[in-house]
Amino acid sequence: MLAEKKARARAGALTTLASALALAACTTGGGEAKPASASAKPEKTFAATPAGEPVFASTYKPFPGTPTAIRGATVYDGKGGKIENGVVFMSGSKIVAVGGPDTPIPAEVTVLDGTGKFVTPGIIDIHSHLGDYPSPGVEAHSDGNEATAPTTPEVWAEHSVWPQDPGFSRALANGGVTALQILPGSANLMGGRSVTLKNVPARTMQGMKFPGAPYSMKMACGENPKRVYGSRGRMPSTRMGNIAVNRATWLAAIDYANDQASEKGAKRDLAKETLVGVLKGEILIQNHCYRADEMALVLDMAKEMGYKVAAFHHAVEAYKIGDLLRENDVCSAIWADWYGFKMESYDGIRENAAFLQREGACVVIHSDDQNDIQRLNQEARKAQKAGLRVGIDISDATVIQWITYNAARAMGIADQTGSLEKGKMADVVLWNGDPLSVYSRPEKVWIDGALMFDAMNPRLRPVSDFELGQPGEGDVK
Amino acid sequence: MKRLLPLAVSAVALAAAPALAQDVTITNARLVIGDGSEPIAGGTVVVKGGTVVYAGPAAGAPTAGSAVDARGAWVTPGLFATVTALGLSDVSAVDETNDITADEAPFSAALDASTAVNPTSQHILVHKAAGITRAATTMLPAGSIFAGQGAIIDLDGDPRPIVQARAFQMISLGETGSDRAGGSRAAAHTLLRAALREAQALVGKTAIPETSEIARGDKVLLGRFDAEALVPVVTGKQKLYVDVERMADIRAVLALKQAFPKLDLVLVGATEGWLVAADIAAAGVPVIANGLLDLPETFEQLGATQSNAGRLARAGVKVAVNAATMQNPRRLQQVAGNLVALTKMPGASGLDWNRAFAAISSVPAEISGLGGKAGVLKPGAFGDVVIWDGDPLELGTVPTRVWIGGVQQDLTNHQTRLRDRYIDLDESDRPKAYDW
Repeated sequence: MLAEKKARARAGALTTLASALALAACTTGGGEAKPASASAKPEKTFAATPAGEPVFASTYKPFPGTPTAIRGATVYDGKGGKIENGVVFMSGSKIVAVGGPDTPIPAEVTVLDGTGKFVTPGIIDIHSHLGDYPSPGVEAHSDGNEATAPTTPEVWAEHSVWPQDPGFSRALANGGVTALQILPGSANLMGGRSVTLKNVPARTMQGMKFPGAPYSMKMACGENPKRVYGSRGRMPSTRMGNIAVNRATWLAAIDYANDQASEKGAKRDLAKETLVGVLKGEILIQNHCYRADEMALVLDMAKEMGYKVAAFHHAVEAYKIGDLLRENDVCSAIWADWYGFKMESYDGIRENAAFLQREGACVVIHSDDQNDIQRLNQEARKAQKAGLRVGIDISDATVIQWITYNAARAMGIADQTGSLEKGKMADVVLWNGDPLSVYSRPEKVWIDGALMFDAMNPRLRPVSDFELGQPGEGDVK
Repeated sequence: MKRLLPLAVSAVALAAAPALAQDVTITNARLVIGDGSEPIAGGTVVVKGGTVVYAGPAAGAPTAGSAVDARGAWVTPGLFATVTALGLSDVSAVDETNDITADEAPFSAALDASTAVNPTSQHILVHKAAGITRAATTMLPAGSIFAGQGAIIDLDGDPRPIVQARAFQMISLGETGSDRAGGSRAAAHTLLRAALREAQALVGKTAIPETSEIARGDKVLLGRFDAEALVPVVTGKQKLYVDVERMADIRAVLALKQAFPKLDLVLVGATEGWLVAADIAAAGVPVIANGLLDLPETFEQLGATQSNAGRLARAGVKVAVNAATMQNPRRLQQVAGNLVALTKMPGASGLDWNRAFAAISSVPAEISGLGGKAGVLKPGAFGDVVIWDGDPLELGTVPTRVWIGGVQQDLTNHQTRLRDRYIDLDESDRPKAYDW
């Protein structure tokens, strides 16, 4: 029986291999591919889709939505604005109007009474590993760190995303999360490319992929890379080793970029293509880095090599260098209260976000966690309150910006989502109370104007394939 | 450059002089007793000789010691955190500082966490500043299914942190226990039952135990001192905390009582507890429940839902919030607040505010054997009182004053000192290192 299964599996693999060859053939030479006749000598040249052209392209299309207006709610627009008794009107997957009580609402649309409720843009998590480290977190699902070499810019997080991770639906239903960036882990100095997803259930990663979002590359400072590789007796085993390997890698990428631009050209190299994308400013840098002194080193390395850091992630010591981060226009993606679990997190304080805001530096609250992603609004509130206690009074509307527009900005999607503005994607959360209170939850969540979660309707609660037939299928969670 | 010298001097003074309980009368409180009852407006708390002598309406309250006007602020008993590893590590990922696991040790059940507690650990000081005044602290199972004996501690930072040593034995069944026992739940249960039988055979004996060792390779799963340490467990004198998640595993734990009727069981985690809530209630076994876990992170947590605690409570189970599955135990308030939020969600089950607060104060104290003494403001209880700057279950609410055993606490710690140093980035006179 077992042997039989194996044989069938092998046959299947061969079948797949055969069709893959056929597919590769189809992509050669554009319209010139012709069916080869038995007599003609095969003259095909083989070529992949050229570097830089879209591959693994998004197939996401907005789901049908009903033109809907919410009125009477307190509206946070995601860019620091607050409207009491406001109106948000969405239609055709876009925000059509946002304004005060007098904002006109067409007669034929669905109107929801938002009295006592709050509206925000969809929440955005800039730092997630959902899909790459999915639930159940068994070894067979551990796909977030290609920890076999200290620099792996050639790996793409999207190739590990398991769309059936039940974590996506929890982030949607309990957290109001409508977009998220999936990053490779931090075992490597250069962990690979991220992918930005719309938080819609799909059968494929491509069905979730955020159309038009730029890639980022994950980098990591500090303890993780030096521990992972140092323990194997290879470089880097120190922080100075970390920087040395990074610089050597960047220099090689610069050579490669120059070769590419020259007449002699350069053979394709997936790792260097990612790095060149960074040098060209097409791919953003998301840099895991806890300590202030290391962030300062990274900023100088970026200047030396000619790239820009979009955000430092975790950044528990960002508060020590808020001025420097402001001057370099770098966001800090941080937790509200994680501290002390590893040496480089020892100086974590709850005032981190508020001290950054005081300096005029960009704050993003992130999760890095399948549970905290369900409560980014709560984390933001804790960080706000810590500031208030030491005299830093940050408005609720600004705090919402930490988990919406600022995240979108650091991910390069702020022109499409992250705020409630006419013409932007209708990614919207209706909360049953103040989103900065522990007692509030999302009541409805729209993604591109389609109602994807409704707490009042049990059928509008996504259930992943994995959960079917299991205890608690379709439960409130 | 800023002052702060007076503060530093007072910190030194505090460290040098033994703190004495001072009698205090707190009036004008929005008073939470902690037992699940409604808050009392304009309440009074009187602490005398380190013990609560009165907590209730202002009318009829005695007075003692210095007067504190709470000005309408929330006043509650100190929070009781269970299960934690407070005092057992400085930085968990830095091995040298970590006493939570002892996987190389030839002991398991005999390990006594109270011998390792560091009362001046920053984690203790940080959590005291978050209103947690007492905690159950334990090691985690490493070499065997037995983690060893956990302690009840206070968080006042004085040289005597132990409220009760060897308060409970902690074991893991389910996936962790299976792994520690050699790779199957059946192995974990066999080891547990064998160990309890060895312990039964030692009841009443005082000599050095001569039980033979149960080992696997060079790993001792049960040594003779471990068997001896299980004597109070099998005789019901020491609680047995069982870390277990899956419905079937919970049933298997409840069934232990048939062979060992005196076991004083407590379930820890119990993610799928709601699926066997009636059985747990009928067995009278309390649960230290995961509050907000709602993902099938393991195959023993397939039924995970945030409504677990609420459903257990509705079935009549005594439920405390488990601090072990949160980022750090100062999130107890937040988790309890979320359980309140669930009461507004269609189809969900939560706890009302009063019961949610009790689930992080009096209930965990009762489960720990400190009913009426901790987590509650009643005559005879420890003088652990917290005045808060807002609703204690709301996000970011912190204590303004904390008393433990009637002693007002210094709330400074490494984090508050960093906060004070970086309140600005001004280094125009001297580097930050001189700013303390």
